[in-house]
Amino acid sequence: MKKIIAGLALAVVSSFGWSVNGTGATFPYPVYKQWIKGFYDSTGNKVNYTGTGSGTGIKEVALRHVDFGGSDKPLSPKTLKKAKLYQFPTVVGGIALAYNIPGVNNLKLSEAAIEGIVLGTIQYWDNPIIAKYNPNEKLPHKKIIFVHRSDKSGTTFNFTYYLSKMSNVWRKHYGARKLINWPTDEQGRGIAGKGNFGVSAAIKTNNYSIGYVDYADALKNNLKMATIQGRDKKFYAPTPENFEEGAAHAGFDPKRDFFKVIAYPKKGYPIIAATFILLPKEKTDTNKKVTTFFNYAYDHDEVAKKLGYVPLPSNVKAMVRSYWKDHDIKPQN
Amino acid sequence: METFFKRLSSLSATTILLILTSIFIVLFIEAKPAIKEYGLKFLIDPRWGVVISNTQNDKLKNNETVEKSSFEDKDDLDDDLEDDDIAIEDEDALAAAGVTASTDTKVIYGGLIPIVGTILSTLIAMIFAVPIAMGIAIFLAEIAPPKIAKPVGIAIELLAAIPSIIYGMWGLFYFGPFISKIFGGGSVSLLVAGLVLGIMIIPFMASLTRDSMKTTPDVLKESAYAIGATKFEVIKDVIFPYAKTGIIGSMILALGRALGETMAVAFVIGGVFKLPSKLTDPTVSIPVVLANNFAESSGMSLAALFYLALILFVISFVVITFAKFYFLGDNK
Repeated sequence: MKKIIAGLALAVVSSFGWSVNGTGATFPYPVYKQWIKGFYDSTGNKVNYTGTGSGTGIKEVALRHVDFGGSDKPLSPKTLKKAKLYQFPTVVGGIALAYNIPGVNNLKLSEAAIEGIVLGTIQYWDNPIIAKYNPNEKLPHKKIIFVHRSDKSGTTFNFTYYLSKMSNVWRKHYGARKLINWPTDEQGRGIAGKGNFGVSAAIKTNNYSIGYVDYADALKNNLKMATIQGRDKKFYAPTPENFEEGAAHAGFDPKRDFFKVIAYPKKGYPIIAATFILLPKEKTDTNKKVTTFFNYAYDHDEVAKKLGYVPLPSNVKAMVRSYWKDHDIKPQN
Repeated sequence: METFFKRLSSLSATTILLILTSIFIVLFIEAKPAIKEYGLKFLIDPRWGVVISNTQNDKLKNNETVEKSSFEDKDDLDDDLEDDDIAIEDEDALAAAGVTASTDTKVIYGGLIPIVGTILSTLIAMIFAVPIAMGIAIFLAEIAPPKIAKPVGIAIELLAAIPSIIYGMWGLFYFGPFISKIFGGGSVSLLVAGLVLGIMIIPFMASLTRDSMKTTPDVLKESAYAIGATKFEVIKDVIFPYAKTGIIGSMILALGRALGETMAVAFVIGGVFKLPSKLTDPTVSIPVVLANNFAESSGMSLAALFYLALILFVISFVVITFAKFYFLGDNK
């Protein structure tokens, strides 16, 4: 009998906190996890988020199986309207071009060099287009091995989106997609890895290779990362400060539900990506709970920074907060 | 009691048949849109996820034309590109809104490369694994003294129990780079995938083969020795014919495992949609395509994946049935 009373008491106590469920993008999963932990410790409310991939996130929230969905790919205002969803960004990350050339430690890549490498028109590391900006490096006459993702991924989408904006030829032929038939594969110079982890491993174990990896993963794996040319023709090293500068120039617009792939901003490091949250329009009460959580997250930038993510610039945060207010899904208290 | 037992066991047997047919039906239903769209051409089409606009259909056959036209367009490069200009794959978004794909562009899916990749990697694995597994089995069953045979036998059974992801990680970080040093090519390739697969199925084949060799009655072996046969002759002429069914059975089981192996191969095969021109080229296999793309697919790409799964199902079924009837037909 005592046990039952104790159990009841416990149930009552724990029911003071609410809980919401979400699923989707894996890219922000590590930082969401930390925020969720902090949020639980300070408020006693539970947020459950599972990293199942952006596609699943969109599907699950559209079918109303979860309270919120996460996606690395923003949905257009038209689609959001049809599916009756709200959308806002949460956190930004950088994508690095990691390379493995023995003896070369400070590779600088111009836009023309990146375009040539991905299109396969530049085949060797000592190509004059690459050498132009690297006068002090001894570039070997070795074939460039291009490493990409073998699984469908938001990282590939954001990287190819950047390429599409940067290169007209790329846009015409390939566009921005989650899985792409890379031209370097046709030439037999392509390798693919499963997940960021697989790409990092492939770069590490193959000399003269280069590939795109989420910045946080490149950092974890001690990969060398190229300094690359931005839209303003200046060179930017992949650092959180440069990502932040890019994010500040991203140009989010609350009127379009923040529908914006932020790669290739006017200034700053050009290959950056934001990740988004989708909310079902009709569930006002749970939406308020979800925004309460992300309101907390916006106030805890240090968590994101520690993990290699870039917090949203404060002006974007203010925009999101007024977006919540306008749609009557303002955070509680 | 007797009838109850009979019923129960026949029920278990029919469950298998039921599961098998229901899997087949589900695969078929899910794959139907892709089957309708691409038909049997799917089997010989090497393009996967290639976007073509319906109007440019003919142009694409001639790569040079496209190359030319795109360079001409370079002049109208606008500084502030609209997002809508970029060919964004919008399948997820559209599926979420319950709308089917737009009509001006079309995505082509073809299964040739994964099908070839699956068959080749399995073939390499079998060529590599069969002789080694037979050697191990003969050693354990006939040559090694019990003191050695027992611990080695246990070790081999332990190998068979290692989860495939561990083989994948080991292959990615150590075995792959090692192979690429010897044969050239990248650290992930068809060859690496085939060899890792081979290593995975060796313990399987070896322990089953050993067990079936051990069923040879001692009387048979002793009488062969008595008429002056050497050890090799006994193995070749007495044990092998006697254990033939079991040995081939072990190979078929191993073949089935190699055909469907996913995790280990996903790490080491390379995941590149390209027909391999040499063994050290990266490529893909059917299970790898499924594992890599399933979570992020919807609409037609999902149907194409189910079509691939159906093909794998049929390949396994055909190969195993063929092996069974060809090798074991006369025994039945």
